[in-house]
Amino acid sequence: MIEIRWHARGGQGAVTASKILASAVIREGKYAQSNPDYGAERSGAPLRAYNRVSEKPITLHCMVLNPDIVVVVDPTLLKAVPFLEGTDENAILVINTDKTPQEVREKYGIKGRKIYTVDATKIAMEELKRPLMNVPMLGALVKVLNGLVDIKTVEEDIKKAFGKKISENALAANVRALYRAYEEVQSE
Amino acid sequence: MRPELIKEVTYVPYSGNMAAAEAMRQINPDVVAAYPITPQTELMQFFADFVANGLVDSEYIPVESEHSAMSACVGAAAAGSRAMTATAGPGLAYMWEVLGIASGMRLPIVMTVVNRALSAPINIHGDQSDMMGARDQGWIMLFSENAEEQYDNLIQAIRIAEDERTRLPVMVGMDGFVISHAIERVRLLPDRAVEEFVGELKPMYPLLDVDNPVTHGAVAMTDSYMEFKRQQREAMTNAYKVIKEVGEAFEEAFGRKYEHIETYKTEDADYILVITGSAAGTAKYVVDKLREEKSIKAGLIKIRTFRPFPYNDVMDAIEASNCKAIGIFDRAETFGGASGPLFEEVATTQYLRRKYYPMTGFIYGLGGRDTNVNHIEEAIDKLMRLAAGEEIPLVNYLNLKE
Repeated sequence: MIEIRWHARGGQGAVTASKILASAVIREGKYAQSNPDYGAERSGAPLRAYNRVSEKPITLHCMVLNPDIVVVVDPTLLKAVPFLEGTDENAILVINTDKTPQEVREKYGIKGRKIYTVDATKIAMEELKRPLMNVPMLGALVKVLNGLVDIKTVEEDIKKAFGKKISENALAANVRALYRAYEEVQSE
Repeated sequence: MRPELIKEVTYVPYSGNMAAAEAMRQINPDVVAAYPITPQTELMQFFADFVANGLVDSEYIPVESEHSAMSACVGAAAAGSRAMTATAGPGLAYMWEVLGIASGMRLPIVMTVVNRALSAPINIHGDQSDMMGARDQGWIMLFSENAEEQYDNLIQAIRIAEDERTRLPVMVGMDGFVISHAIERVRLLPDRAVEEFVGELKPMYPLLDVDNPVTHGAVAMTDSYMEFKRQQREAMTNAYKVIKEVGEAFEEAFGRKYEHIETYKTEDADYILVITGSAAGTAKYVVDKLREEKSIKAGLIKIRTFRPFPYNDVMDAIEASNCKAIGIFDRAETFGGASGPLFEEVATTQYLRRKYYPMTGFIYGLGGRDTNVNHIEEAIDKLMRLAAGEEIPLVNYLNLKE
């Protein structure tokens, strides 16, 4: 079982991204959960969302305290929230930043852990023309999950989730953002 | 004819609310009356979509309060139709008066309760204070561990409620947010199979049968009120058997077993946990973990049926184990009582068999407070100390800030 914690701000679509991931995993015949950490919802306020992904049934119905993977959707949260909380040195970090993994490691004094970075804000601004980093971060995460879920299944779930709500052009831009981050995510 | 959406068994990524709404779509009740309240709002929104898109034949009444929601269901059920609703926490509290009317009039209404804490302080998150507060209003009470169980329980609840031996309303609880709003894998049954399983409602003494006029909701004074209540006890006793039979029929049709309780590794267990709702799932994980890492033999009894309480089932499981201590988990308070409401039931269970096992209570998860693996481990540690003769208080709080 892999446990994932998302850090984002209200309105950035992290809860939706976490739902899309769970949905894709389940549709591939595996098991997954997506649990938002509902508080008083305010646009711009830091929030957390969780995923569990497994080949076997998952019976846990509690918060993820010791995530294997931490996804930071908004780079300003690196200074604002304890994003390493509950992680050990084997944890994987997937961070939206214009910096390299080495630069992030030095800047925040991170020991151990595997750091991946992707400039999801740039991808979002170029493809979606808006700072919606959830889909590119999902693309980066899928790459990090290393075959656990097929990017094509995730693409289908994005179309399912957004299909009726946004224009064909916006949908195509989301799909491009997904694949760009999937390709552009870098590790040390 | 409404369209057939699901033609074969399908696995879907659903939240508890989506699963409950899907069950309602497949049950296709004649009347649904509801008032929105977090965390149930989404469930009724999904169902309202089904109504708007012509996927159900239901008459949907968005009423002005929960008191009215249950009143509308009472009227509809008395008229001879199949009525359903859903609510949560304070909504159930506001319905309280009419809950007793539904059961006293022996109306087979089925309701989802998305378990939510009661005010004050105001809190929208999950706990079971709402259903425990409605405990004595004469409803059959089932609890689900996860989204799929909520779906399966709702389908079974229709048959349980409508059986001529019971004719009692059924409420099915799932924990707010942690189940209602979390996505997990849910097995959906084909539309036609559900339709066939729930069958047609056989109206009994319907108001709309104008050729055979009857009185519903009459006054019963000192000369006859008690006899009505005596009959309700009889119906609730019958419900024990009916719930069991419907569970067996469900297993035969769809391959998933439903009993009054679910035992998990109790056979050789030294320490028994008794839990209802979603925390039972987390406890299963802890049971496995402690067996693997520390060779501690703990086991779990999950209570699915809370009313009628399955005293014999619980005691059979305890007596068949190596039980040295029992830990009762209550996600509700009964202030001034010895411990929580579930504790009292399990204590009674022992009395009925003239048995005594060391026992203690854990109050957990109030207002949605997280109950994690380490908290359940802490509880089992206390049980081990209790079994070793240490004095442990009857009320222990898990994950409390002290």
